[in-house]
Amino acid sequence: MLLEVRQQYTFYGVLLYVASTIFVLYLAMGQPEAAVWKGLFWMMQLFICVNAVAKSFLQEGKERLLYFYSIAGARDFILSKLLFNALLMVVMSLVSLGLFLLMLGDPTSDAVAFLFISSLGGISLSLVFTFLAAIAARAQQSAALMAILGFPLVIPQLLLLNKISTIAFAEVQGGLSGMIALLAALDGMIVVLAIILFPFLWKD
Amino acid sequence: MLRQNWWKILCAALLLYTIIMGFLGPVPALPILDETIRNLYFHVAMWMAMMITFIVSVIYSVKYLRSNRLVFDIYALEYARIGIVFGILGLATGSVWARWTWGAFWSNDPKQLGAVIALLIYLAYFVLRNSMTDLDKRARIGAVYNIFAFAMLFPTIWIIPRMVESLHPGGMGNPAFDTKDIDSRMRIVFWPGAVPGWTLLGVWITTLRIRLRLLEEKVTH
Repeated sequence: MLLEVRQQYTFYGVLLYVASTIFVLYLAMGQPEAAVWKGLFWMMQLFICVNAVAKSFLQEGKERLLYFYSIAGARDFILSKLLFNALLMVVMSLVSLGLFLLMLGDPTSDAVAFLFISSLGGISLSLVFTFLAAIAARAQQSAALMAILGFPLVIPQLLLLNKISTIAFAEVQGGLSGMIALLAALDGMIVVLAIILFPFLWKD
Repeated sequence: MLRQNWWKILCAALLLYTIIMGFLGPVPALPILDETIRNLYFHVAMWMAMMITFIVSVIYSVKYLRSNRLVFDIYALEYARIGIVFGILGLATGSVWARWTWGAFWSNDPKQLGAVIALLIYLAYFVLRNSMTDLDKRARIGAVYNIFAFAMLFPTIWIIPRMVESLHPGGMGNPAFDTKDIDSRMRIVFWPGAVPGWTLLGVWITTLRIRLRLLEEKVTH
């Protein structure tokens, strides 16, 4: 099932999108200071996520979905989607983090910790958007709907991530583990909800 | 039971009691808060009523998913609507309160931001519903989203604002409902009067709207 989902040809498209956007940012901004860097980074993650994850449901035609339906249950399907998108976003986060460090400079005090944080952020964004893409794909006008549903829902996560990265940027790091635990709990909640609720979306 | 009149009379009596006691009743004199503490009967009670109606709404959404009866979907929708109304009123009363205690109607406090985000998430529920025309599909996807939105209420309203520094009571080392803040004279108005009063008003409005919706359905089908 995982291999099935893995046949994605959008991967290089998104990769190119990431690279070119960061290059444009570099041309426009040069090397910004830490607060701007952080804001830009998470906004980039958000847009990458909308572009990469939204495609996972929207691009598949009715026939393909029907085919998946015939070979796998709803739960396996949403789980594999969640897993695949999480992996995709981790890769994307790492690539964009690398490009950010290369082009926009390195304001992080601890690059390894930030590596971990950005992949965690990528995972949590991808989980929310996978579930939303599933909802939006069932309602027809999907792309616009994704934006309307998605942005309020990711604000709490973005706030948390911003908070976490502020702590990570600072020299004195306190309260980091609590915030990360909260984010992980939020992710867990979304996964559980997706698994429970997806079969209802999947019918018909 | 809901067709009977006693609870409507009770609702009006409780609200009358709340409003009279709210404006005229004795309150403890506290620095900064002064007389604005009376807003407790309105602002806090609005949020409680919102929470209660959202809980009712999500229960009906679950019921809909279990039974597929469209009536439950209408119930869930209307309770979510009245929840939004209470949310907006809670925000408005809160910002009036903030004007006199924190100095500005809006100060980007985490609690205010969380409340706005939660309301936006719920407003997206109505947008989502309106984007579909097929009744069953709309009901099903709406119910799924409603449950999801309800789950998102907890991080946005209850958890995140409490973890960061906030001017709002209930934050770090700044508890609300402390014995220091409100005394028994206020409690006797707040719990038996304000909270059930506003909630019953919400239920009343909602049952009227549900009856209207059901009649409309009958006429069109």
